Parts: sequence; C-alpha cells; structure tokens
Amino acid sequence: MRIIRIISVLALFIAIATLNVNAQCKSFAKNECLPKLSPYTHDGNYHAAVLVEGEEAELYKTFYSDMEYRLAVVGESKLPNIEFKVMDENKNVIYSNKDNNYAQTWDFRLENSKQLKLVVKVTPFNKPGDTPASGCVAIMFGFKVKK
Amino acid sequence: MNKKFRIGTVILAVIVLCVVLFSGCGSGGGEKTQKKQTTVAQPKDNTQAIQDIKQAEKIFQALPSPLESAMLMKSAGARFDRKFLNPVDNAKNYTTQSSQALNLGIFTCDLSFASLYDQTQLIIDYMNAAKKMADGLGILDAINQSTIDELEENINNTDVIMKIVSETFLNSNSYLADNDQPAIASIVLVGGWMEGLYIATQLVDEKEFNGNKLVGRIIDQKLSIEVLQNLLLSNKENPAIGVLITQMDKLKTVFDKISIKTKPIKTEIDRTTNTTILRSEVTTDMSLATFKELTEVVAEIRGTFVK
Repeated sequence: MRIIRIISVLALFIAIATLNVNAQCKSFAKNECLPKLSPYTHDGNYHAAVLVEGEEAELYKTFYSDMEYRLAVVGESKLPNIEFKVMDENKNVIYSNKDNNYAQTWDFRLENSKQLKLVVKVTPFNKPGDTPASGCVAIMFGFKVKK
Repeated sequence: MNKKFRIGTVILAVIVLCVVLFSGCGSGGGEKTQKKQTTVAQPKDNTQAIQDIKQAEKIFQALPSPLESAMLMKSAGARFDRKFLNPVDNAKNYTTQSSQALNLGIFTCDLSFASLYDQTQLIIDYMNAAKKMADGLGILDAINQSTIDELEENINNTDVIMKIVSETFLNSNSYLADNDQPAIASIVLVGGWMEGLYIATQLVDEKEFNGNKLVGRIIDQKLSIEVLQNLLLSNKENPAIGVLITQMDKLKTVFDKISIKTKPIKTEIDRTTNTTILRSEVTTDMSLATFKELTEVVAEIRGTFVK
C-alpha cells in the first residue's frame, strides 16, 4: 500500500509538472513571440511545442498574394539557436535564417498565393554525454494588407 | 486506522489516474497533428538521445484563421452582407461539443467579418455568441467580461478590435492545445475556414465571375484543402472528425476540378522595407459550372454545421 501511495504521489507531481510546462509554453508564446509580430496583426493561431536539442518541427500553410506577412520563430533562452527554413512545394529553400544570423523574424510577401513549408530545428549543442536541453518553441504569423 | 489509510490511498490513486489521463502529454501546438511519442529520458550517451530525437517529429497543419479569412475577403473587395452570417440566436441550439467547436470557429469568422466592416452592434453580438461557445467547451477565460468591456470601449477602433479578436482566438486555441484537445481545436479551425469559404462563395455575383478578385481568393482555398484533410486525419479517433472527413473528401472532389499551375519561386529583397518578395508565375482555371458546384457543396456542408 505504501508503495502504491508513493508511486501515486510521484505520478501526481509528474502530471502537475506536465500541465505546468504546457501553461509555460502558452505564456512563453504570448509574452516572447507575439510582441515580435508588431506592427503586423497576429492571425490568432497558436503553434508552440516543447522541442529538444536537434529536434525538428514542420508547418504547412497557405500564404496569400494580397497580404504581407511576418513569421516569428522564438525559442526559450535555455535552448541553442533555433534554425528555420521556408521551402516551396518542390523543397527548394526560399529562406533560411541561418544565413541571417539566426534572425527570429522574416518579413515577406507573395506575387501569387502559395502553400509553403516551414521547417524549424533546434540546433544541437553537440556536447557528448550531456543531457539535451529542451524548451518551448513558438511559431506565429502576423499579416497586414498589401499596400 | 488501517481502513482509513486504504480509503485514502484509493482516493489518491483515483485522483492521480484522472489527472494523468486528462493532463495527457500535450506540449502545445494548435494544429499539431502528428506527434510521435517523445520520451525525454536520461540518456546514456548523446548519440542515442539524438537518434530518439530525430524520430520525434512534430507537424503543424495551419489553416487560415477566421481573422485572416475575413481579411482576405475584404481585401478582395467583398461587400458586407449580414444575411450570410450565422444568426447569433442559433447559439442556443449548439449543445454538443462538436457543434460548439464548429460554431466557435464560425462565430469568430462572422465576428471578424463584422469587425472589418465597422458593424458595431454585430461585433458585440458575435463576441457574445463566440463566448457562449467557448464557455460551453470549458475554455476558461478565453473571452471574459473585461474582453466585452474593452470591445465596447473601442468599438470604433478597428485596429484594437482586430487585436481583441486575435487575442480571444489565440486564448481559445492555445487552451485546447495545451489541454490536449487537438481534435476540438481542429474542429474550431474547420468551422472558421468553412464559414469564410461560404461567405465568399455567396458574395460572388455570377454575372461578374470573370476577373473577379474574390473568385481568385476562392480558388486559392484549393491550396488549403489537403492541409485541412491532414489536420482531420491526424485526429480521426474523435467520432465527430469522421463525419468531417467525409464532408471534406466531397469538397476536395470539387476542388480537384480547379486547375492551379505554378512555376518555381524566385526571390527578391525590397531593401527599403527589408521584405522578401516571392515571385512566381501561377495560372489558375475554374469554370463557372465548377464554381456553382463548389458553392452548392459548401452551402450544403455549412448547413449541417449551423443547423
């Protein structure tokens, strides 16, 4: 019985910690990523996840010719650089923030509407034996009507 | 004493089980659709950890938000016509989780549409209707009284209203994502996207079909239909999603009749604004017959959402 109780208490702590991490990710996205969209209007969508060093996330989205967009990709400070690449349907790289000192935002507009793919990667620290760092990474889009 | 201890242990175990089940392993991500198990255990060495990590891939399928859909319609020159919105009185009819999720998306799109056309009373009405849906889904504080008050105080300031609409939608879908309800989050997005498509198709005057900018925006939605299907497929364990998958398959068969041919993108940088311009040639073709079929199918599906 005592073992069950100990296991239960531990499980409770883990569950609460998980909920807390999720809540932290949401507030991280709102406090750290959202402000970087200004003066663009945030579209209201939420894309955030806990990523570990070396881990990748992909996002597919259609962008429209009438709009100007700002993409913001921001990771928690405990993570190494966040690399992102934007690709067309044939996997040609259109933009990589690696060539721009790991910039957190990218402003763009399109002549014609297109579906693009975004690949976000937490670069590895590459220290053998170390526990990989993990933390929230938020991806947000802002838009304004093309002038 | 022993009995008390046993009862206490059982109660604790039940609470823990409930918390573990309901907390899930969600780590955020509104449209996170394919998430293989990510185990962050203490690694014996870095190589193994990196291998584990490479298998853990997260994929987001991002549909246009209701606010973006409304903005696209306005920028294409659409006029405002309230008869195409879902009447707020219908809010009382939505009692199931899936109907509330669909209509949270629908009312948010209608709210966005009303906001862009300075429909002051409708803005308040649709915000209240969206609040009712969010409350029904148990989304805590996505839209509260202070949101309504702020809206009323800034009713003539479109920029502030758009910011409020964006924030409330973010509150709703981040709550669902963080509480491991990706299926519900995806239903909300489908509702908003369908409403935008419904209003757009209804607003096109067939006499002005050729060269109509709004028709162009409707054709563009073909680019999102597969994103939408993938979003639903990744949540297919939810019974309500199965119905939506069938409906979207029907919609895709119509979109398949629309032709979009694209050439590779060339980039150019506007140094004055530090903006990248993506240039590409695109040719599209949609016949009037296909447009009529699309309008019919969209209206039929949307009719099942708002009934």
